[in-house]
Amino acid sequence: MSTGTEETRTAAEAEAIAALPSVARRQARLPEWAPWAILAGSAVVVGGGALMFGRGIGLAVAATAVVFALLTYLASRIVEGARKATDRLATILVTTAFLLAMAPLVSVIATVLANGIARFDAQFFTYSMRGVVGEGGGAYHAILGTLVITAIAAVMSIPVGLLTAVYLVEYGKGKLARAITFFVDVMTGIPSIVAGLFAFALFALFFGPGVRMGFMGSVALSVLMIPVVVRSTEEMLKIVPNELREAAYALGVPKWRTILKIVIPTSIAGIASGITLAVARVIGETAPLLIAVGITTGVNLNPFDSRMATLPVFSYYSYVAPGVPREPFLDRAWTAALVLIIIVMVLNLLARVIARLFAPKGSR
Amino acid sequence: MSKSIDVENLDIYYGSFLAVHDVTMTIRAQSVTALIGPSGCGKSTFLRSINRMHEVIPGARVEGRLSLDGTDLYGPGVDPGGVRRQVGMVFQRPNPFPTMSIYENVVAGMRLNNKKAKKAVLDELVEKSLRGANLWKEVKDRLDKPGSGLSGGQQQRLCIARAIAVQPDVLLMDEPCSALDPISTLAIEDLINELKTEYTIVIVTHNMQQAARVSDYTGFFNIEGTGKPGKLVEMDETRTIFSRPTQKATEDYVSGRFG
Repeated sequence: MSTGTEETRTAAEAEAIAALPSVARRQARLPEWAPWAILAGSAVVVGGGALMFGRGIGLAVAATAVVFALLTYLASRIVEGARKATDRLATILVTTAFLLAMAPLVSVIATVLANGIARFDAQFFTYSMRGVVGEGGGAYHAILGTLVITAIAAVMSIPVGLLTAVYLVEYGKGKLARAITFFVDVMTGIPSIVAGLFAFALFALFFGPGVRMGFMGSVALSVLMIPVVVRSTEEMLKIVPNELREAAYALGVPKWRTILKIVIPTSIAGIASGITLAVARVIGETAPLLIAVGITTGVNLNPFDSRMATLPVFSYYSYVAPGVPREPFLDRAWTAALVLIIIVMVLNLLARVIARLFAPKGSR
Repeated sequence: MSKSIDVENLDIYYGSFLAVHDVTMTIRAQSVTALIGPSGCGKSTFLRSINRMHEVIPGARVEGRLSLDGTDLYGPGVDPGGVRRQVGMVFQRPNPFPTMSIYENVVAGMRLNNKKAKKAVLDELVEKSLRGANLWKEVKDRLDKPGSGLSGGQQQRLCIARAIAVQPDVLLMDEPCSALDPISTLAIEDLINELKTEYTIVIVTHNMQQAARVSDYTGFFNIEGTGKPGKLVEMDETRTIFSRPTQKATEDYVSGRFG
């Protein structure tokens, strides 16, 4: 291209650019601070008004949101036109929905923190409830019980779930695979109490009625955990590109080695975080453990012998059957709930770290 | 190293569906054979039947004879894995293993088949294969970096290095350049020219200029209509196919009047 034509083009472009601002200027905009000003205004006038007439904070916030949305829409419609006004309205709706969804979550965490922090001390983590009738005591036995029962459940569920998913994705064809998929879906939806009753009925057959043991709780939790592991692992295996399997086959690698050395390593990050989330899902189950494991006041580390304490059941019992005075029991119930939330949070963080560690490198 | 392939009256089925009908051809050693033809005419299916890769799809089977230097590849007791180690394959889209480094990708054929070798032997194999794939100079300082971090053209050459590291006799290429830019395509084409001294190469391509540039022999596949099986219309030296083919369909296709 010669320099001449380039110059001509640049001149034409310059002309076009010169013409642009006049178009842009016609697009009047609300100033940056306008929405905030409207929000503050409606909060003071409407929300303040509602508060003053003693209608409660909920109504004040809701009324503020509605008035803010309407005013912003109107102001934007007048100044910026219909298109921009609709955009602003949609933004406000989406943000409100988000805040609405966050409200219960924040509320739960705040309440549990506020009530549970009182007994969140060293004694709570080092003492059991043996011989404790009032103040003091802790959930050492319950924390250990939860960890033991959940660990056994995980050890039973992960291999079964993983291999089922491998079967479904890599080998399963026809009726059997469809049947398994169907029942996994059904199992994902069964209420946890049913899992507890199942384990109880199963063990009653062998050990007679009234049997309680930690292992029974693990079996109940496995029933809940296996479908979750199958589902998440299946999804992860499915997204491994078929081209990678073909590449391995083309090198003369047998199918089982391809699965072991290519497919699973490629998706291990997703599988590991799926498993961690499945553990987090069952660690807070109360109903099945209530039936299968019961509760005790002392430390019991043998999952095959008699009752064991677990955090969810500990919290539940402290609440429904407190001693006299009530307050120490309620405080311990809240702290147990707080510890459970922290364990689940740590597991979620762990899932992220695992995903980061195992993720295939490169192309980023 | 390089071996010739004899195909006699080969029919390829997917279940009861006849995909390719009655192919007879000889693919010569130390030459490049291009397979051209419209989409869906069965050239890729035929290519994949040479290393039994089409068997990955359940129900796929062949009738007829396909032999490598006289050995029937579909004979009783022949292990498909063994066939695939003799007949390597490069795919349409570069597919290095994302969990592996460049080094590990090249030795994947050894490692995944559980062959033990000393570090020095592996090092030598990696260098030889990467040099063979014209990639050594570009990656020799970052062999421990992930293979998926390379550019598309480099990844495809890495896949070629991975395929030749198992020391096959034949190299199959299924549209190896269709996902690459012209410069990477040129690099691969140059590479094919160098590789043919050591390997028998069969390449499927939609690009007729490419077939004309790289191949010594060309086979033209065609299909009469949907649901009908694909057929080998004619096969000859590339020069002949592109200048004076014997069949009208071939002439129409290579001159762009059809397909």
